[in-house]
Amino acid sequence: MNALAKPCLDIRSLSAVLPNGLRVLRSVSLAVEPGEVRALVGESGAGKTMIGKAVLGVLPSSVRIVEGDMLLEGEDLGKLQAKARRTLIGARTALIPQDPLTALNPSRRIGPQMTDRLVRILGWSGEKADARIRQLLDEVQIREPERVLKCYPHELSGGMRQRVLIAAAFAAEPRLIVADEPTTALDVTVQKQILRLIAQLQREHGTAILFVTHDLGVVAKISQKVSVLYAGKVVEEAETAALFAAPQHPYTRALMAATPRYTDPFASLKPVDEAVLAGLASEIAAADQAWRRPHG
Amino acid sequence: MAEPLFSVRGLKVALPDMTRKPLIGRAPLAEILKGLDFDLPKGSVTGIVGESGSGKSTLGRALVRLLEPSAGKVIFDGRDITHLAEAELRPLRRNLQMIFQDPMSSLNPRRTIASIIAAPLKQNGLGDNLKARVAEALQRVGLPQGFASRYRHELSGGQRQRVGIARALALSPKFVLADEIVSGLDVSTQAQILTLLEKLAAEMGLTVAFISHDLSVIRRLCRQVIVMREGAIVEASATDTLFEKPQQAYTRDLLAAIPLPEIDDAWLLPAAKAPA
Amino acid sequence: MDEARISRHGSRARLWLAGGWLLIALLAAIFAPLVAPQDPLAQDLMLERLPPFWLDGAEPGYWLGTDSLGRDLLSRLIFGARIAFIVAFAAALAACLVGSTLGLIAGYFGGWADRIISRIVDVWMAFPPVLFAILLVAVLGTGLSSVIIAIAVIDWTRFCRVIRAETMGQSRMDYVENARIAGYGRIGIMLREVLPNVVPSIVALLSLEMGIAVIVEAILSFVNLSISTDDPTWGGIIAEGRLSIHQAWWVLVFPLVTLILTVLSFSQFGEGLRARFDPVLR
Ligand SMILES: Nc1ncnc2c1ncn2[C@@H]1O[C@H](COP(=O)(O)OP(=O)(O)OP(=O)(O)O)[C@@H](O)[C@H]1O
Ligand SMILES: Nc1ncnc2c1ncn2[C@@H]1O[C@H](COP(=O)(O)OP(=O)(O)OP(=O)(O)O)[C@@H](O)[C@H]1O
Ligand SMILES: [Mg+2]
Ligand SMILES: [Mg+2]
Repeated sequence: MNALAKPCLDIRSLSAVLPNGLRVLRSVSLAVEPGEVRALVGESGAGKTMIGKAVLGVLPSSVRIVEGDMLLEGEDLGKLQAKARRTLIGARTALIPQDPLTALNPSRRIGPQMTDRLVRILGWSGEKADARIRQLLDEVQIREPERVLKCYPHELSGGMRQRVLIAAAFAAEPRLIVADEPTTALDVTVQKQILRLIAQLQREHGTAILFVTHDLGVVAKISQKVSVLYAGKVVEEAETAALFAAPQHPYTRALMAATPRYTDPFASLKPVDEAVLAGLASEIAAADQAWRRPHG
Repeated sequence: MAEPLFSVRGLKVALPDMTRKPLIGRAPLAEILKGLDFDLPKGSVTGIVGESGSGKSTLGRALVRLLEPSAGKVIFDGRDITHLAEAELRPLRRNLQMIFQDPMSSLNPRRTIASIIAAPLKQNGLGDNLKARVAEALQRVGLPQGFASRYRHELSGGQRQRVGIARALALSPKFVLADEIVSGLDVSTQAQILTLLEKLAAEMGLTVAFISHDLSVIRRLCRQVIVMREGAIVEASATDTLFEKPQQAYTRDLLAAIPLPEIDDAWLLPAAKAPA
Repeated sequence: MDEARISRHGSRARLWLAGGWLLIALLAAIFAPLVAPQDPLAQDLMLERLPPFWLDGAEPGYWLGTDSLGRDLLSRLIFGARIAFIVAFAAALAACLVGSTLGLIAGYFGGWADRIISRIVDVWMAFPPVLFAILLVAVLGTGLSSVIIAIAVIDWTRFCRVIRAETMGQSRMDYVENARIAGYGRIGIMLREVLPNVVPSIVALLSLEMGIAVIVEAILSFVNLSISTDDPTWGGIIAEGRLSIHQAWWVLVFPLVTLILTVLSFSQFGEGLRARFDPVLR
């Protein structure tokens, strides 16, 4: 990995607002190098999914980007024509969405849904797509790939749906994968296998991954860098090893302390301290003030 | 110990396997649950863990009778509900709640959050003071009141999950099946929800079946654990016994695969065949 | 970066333009006797083939000119709108009511209900629609009500197929089971939970169908199978205009433009309504 290489994804000072003027993303900056897994952790509702959606150009119409640039392998997405941008994003990125069932078409079988994208967007032949999908279903430890391909989404278990979407995202060997809580419905043995698969993809193809999760255990094992998000603001960013060795921000420390360990269940899982929350609130307010001045 | 709220004997569930459906005629049945026996004591929290696709959600659906078992017996609160018809189940529904695994699809896209939480209240004769009840339900799961008028697509994943929790708990049911309800929440919010469940179990005798892949949470919350694999129970025991002296190889595999929040570079390497 | 916003502005403009045209046409149709400058049936050979107002030889009061019998074209178009709108509303609503109800039942209940309804739809759709319409009108006799019945009888299948598929997809979502947990019965769930989620499709189809009904009515009048030849209809005017295209092009062009604008407006209006009022798209 070359220090001079362009980051695969480079988000610079991205802000987005809701119709009522509230900022959901507060000057977020974040870069993912090729072959790197960047973990994104933080409070529920902090805006992790928003960041992923902004990168992929699928923000809801009520959310408006008011500031910032996003570069995908050096190309400024904001400067591209709508169609060129969609083509670029379609060819180089993939999303593992947070809600598997609604991401799948309920009235089509799994098989054609998975191969469609490969055939339509990437122009693969039907057989090639089919073979690739089968291989990947096997790698994500789907037991009966034949049956699963013929099922409708509602006939699969939660974890099977999630693995189907993981396989679909991996299939095209994209440059960047936005993985939005991809292992929430997987048992730990399958989760371990998926994480291994990600590590392998990263090694062999230099895929960059933006990995959203609430599980600090997973963060420790898979990621090289971590961004901690609170109320749409990156409050801490560090190398994973450094973060676990010495978390700097009080919120990160609180999260670490609250993370449950099966070896010692009763020492953990407590809500974040009032004092920490008060500190965060004033930090956010200060950031908003500083931001509002030049932006009127 | 108190008499069980649920008593399950030889429970089997078979669903039509549409992928093997012949051109003409019925699809053959695939047996998803292959004879389960267990009890859920009143006011207890029971963990259900196991491989993805092993039938945990299906078991949940059978317990709250969204599915009809194909064999065996399900006794709820002293009453055999195995084959009750939909109309006979309706008076029991209030006490048989389920929080679904997929929070997005379990909320109606074209109803507001307030109306989603209010619907079961109205339907079960708790329609008085509706506004206050909805407000209280939101507050208990840590959602701001302003969310009442939102739609599901205007919420984050974890917020949707909490709407599902609020909706089920607002009914003050006797039993709730929680299907993977905290995996999409940050640890601080997790703590809040778990404390709420513990409190309801202790104070109001709520019985919880808690499906989760997070064994750390299971250990913290549950008194007993059922481990499932391929539609059968492989191990069922008190939580501490399970974690300290796992009997089955599969349970030991599960425990070994838990990622602890510590840096460990060797963890991801393919398992070297450990010498026996 | 603001595609979404542009498309939102686009959809608002669409809603207003299409809605505006439909409103004008509808008001003109309702108050036809008041707004029409002339009697649409009054023939006057002195006034035959007058050109529209901006050309030489136009007469004041005959804004769009006259046809080969000297009847005022604008007045005929306005009175023709009455029939066009009656057919559009009545036929589309009837087709929608029948088709959507059956589609909802087939999609939600599945099983036997679905098998029977789907089979009927398949058989129905095997008939070529225009031939089917002509045959029906031939059997029922010409007249306004037989045109309406013919269109409804043919086009309910369009609603049925789309709504069935949509309902089936929605019924597989967990929120339907969640309603059972809440204690709702089957019919209650179908009406309370599933129906609101297929209404957007129904509205879109309905507006499309209104446009189609206007066209079918025009075709039927064109081949002289609609209502009595005395009453002006758009199709009838087009048919007459075709005969005198070389002497009076306006008799063909104006009704065609009116027809196309109306049909387009119906479909755009439906799309616009959806974008404006569906909470999921808003
Ligand atoms: N369409 C919308 N309109 C208004 N607010 C929205 C909309 N979508 C999301 N939000 C709000 O924006 C915030 C960020 O949402 P986002 O989905 O990015 O959170 P998240 O970090 O992914 O959380 P989680 O871990 O719970 O999934 C939330 O507070 C949510 O309520
Ligand atoms: N409606 C259905 N029709 C046919 N098969 C089904 C249906 N629903 C579930 N199955 C099958 O039943 C098995 C068990 O599914 P279930 O959802 O109970 O698993 P689970 O233990 O909840 O898994 P996960 O942890 O991944 O959610 C799976 O193999 C699934 O494909
Ligand atoms: Mg999210
Ligand atoms: Mg499940």
